[in-house]
Amino acid sequence: MTRVFAWLSFVLGTLFFALPLIGTFEFSLRARRGEYSFDTYRNVLGDPQFQATFLFSVVAALVTIVIGILIVVPAAFWVRLKLPRMRPVVEFISLLPLVIPPIVLAFGYIRQFNTASMIPLTGSAMGTNLLLVAGYSVLALPYMYRAVDAGLRTLDVATLTEAAQSLGAGWTTILGRVILPNLLASVLSGAFLTFAIVIGEYVIAALLNRPAFGPYMVLIGPNRAYEPAALAVIAFAITWGCMGLMQLAMRLTRANRKKR
Amino acid sequence: MTRAPIQPQRRRAQPRLSVWLGLAPFAIFALLFLILPTLSVVVGAFRDSQGGFTLDNVAGLGQERIRHALWLSVRLSLATAIIGCVAGFAIAAVVTRGGLPRGLRGPLMSFSGVAANFAGVPLAFAFIATLGRLGFVTVLLRDWLGFNLYATGFNLLSFWGLVLTYLYFQIPLMVLVITPSLDGLKTEWREAAQSLGASQVTYWRLVILPILWPAVLGTLALLFANAFGAVATAMALTGSSLSLLPILLFAQIRGDVLQDPGLGYAIAFGMIVLTGVASAVSIILRARAERWLK
Repeated sequence: MTRVFAWLSFVLGTLFFALPLIGTFEFSLRARRGEYSFDTYRNVLGDPQFQATFLFSVVAALVTIVIGILIVVPAAFWVRLKLPRMRPVVEFISLLPLVIPPIVLAFGYIRQFNTASMIPLTGSAMGTNLLLVAGYSVLALPYMYRAVDAGLRTLDVATLTEAAQSLGAGWTTILGRVILPNLLASVLSGAFLTFAIVIGEYVIAALLNRPAFGPYMVLIGPNRAYEPAALAVIAFAITWGCMGLMQLAMRLTRANRKKR
Repeated sequence: MTRAPIQPQRRRAQPRLSVWLGLAPFAIFALLFLILPTLSVVVGAFRDSQGGFTLDNVAGLGQERIRHALWLSVRLSLATAIIGCVAGFAIAAVVTRGGLPRGLRGPLMSFSGVAANFAGVPLAFAFIATLGRLGFVTVLLRDWLGFNLYATGFNLLSFWGLVLTYLYFQIPLMVLVITPSLDGLKTEWREAAQSLGASQVTYWRLVILPILWPAVLGTLALLFANAFGAVATAMALTGSSLSLLPILLFAQIRGDVLQDPGLGYAIAFGMIVLTGVASAVSIILRARAERWLK
């Protein structure tokens, strides 16, 4: 009886989650009347606007990842080594972006960094790009911090630091050549998640008027029939790829730990 | 970055200030791009155009259309949180202890990780391609079963259509968060209950549910906050025809409607309060749940 119920709910769940995927893919192939074709994908991938916005978002994602690493790794390391009392505070701050809706954050940015403010970032395209990437880094902060903190837990930070120091290393060397390589797998898993988040992000990019992939998708949505489905398939494939790479990175961490 | 002396003994003699300097990049970043913008929204909600203190903005939330949007958002978030909670719990329960093959577990968790992050614009497109007027499932039902979905009054671009779409990321989030709690249930507890003559139902009612309810309710609050802050999915799906609170705020920031700028602050402030309370509830309850499940 329970087993029948178990299978039934599992099949229902599978249907609910599989049908939209199958449906979207099937829909994206329907552009030619009466037969399946990849025409839609050719249209989408060949669209210069797609290429431009996608490239923009990829670059934004990469910059976000670099900023995230530069901010999170030293902080998590420092809290573990020198300021354990500050740990709950840093942890709390890093979780705040899950509480504050991105749209509120974007609103705050526009008000705080507008052309009349002390730091008029929205005054230039470069400044707005910087603001966008900062916003993305905030969105990624909870995931990045958790990944890095989990990675640090497996290291003996104090011993590594003292060993490096006794060999004459400064803080930059310690962080860049001792801690970071040891955290590579954790940092990578945070980075892939960040990439997935940034590629599809819409609200902040739209409110800051940046030519990113998310606003492009919304623009295409009401105007085309089959292209949105193809875009959804592409976006899903990217998310899937990022998550796959993330799992791989985590497996690497585990394998490493076993070896030790 | 401060350069440290080589000897550990001398490191201890460093002034306190340099210890704090290590946290500076993180602190400055968080202050500039997270805390100050949020505070400026909160402060702005209580300021009039001259910069004086006022409650008018917050009082403006009482307007008919804003009350309506708030109520719609709360209902949507509640519905998706409750249904997502129940469905996600059921899926997590049958996979962890319902007698399904263990091999299903890995793929389920991986998929949940993907789907929980598959919100936003593409998700809306996927549902239009599936359940829209010409969607895959709609056409399938019509051609194979002669069943016209849209004749039943179903519409993807409606409240329940949105609920269905949100469930695509809410259920997996529930599965991800609650599975560790279900794993934490000890076999000894079941054995003890059974040896005292408890049936399966009694065991669930008197042992499992009392232990798990803080975790479940905590996750419910998390799902609520998650749905409440989501904008992109709803915008891409319904345009701005369904006036949810975040959509209203979006339009306000863009300057399309609501001429009163103070009202934007008030809406944003209201959103922070609601998601803040939901998150606080979630954190407190989930911390309570962990006492048992360690």
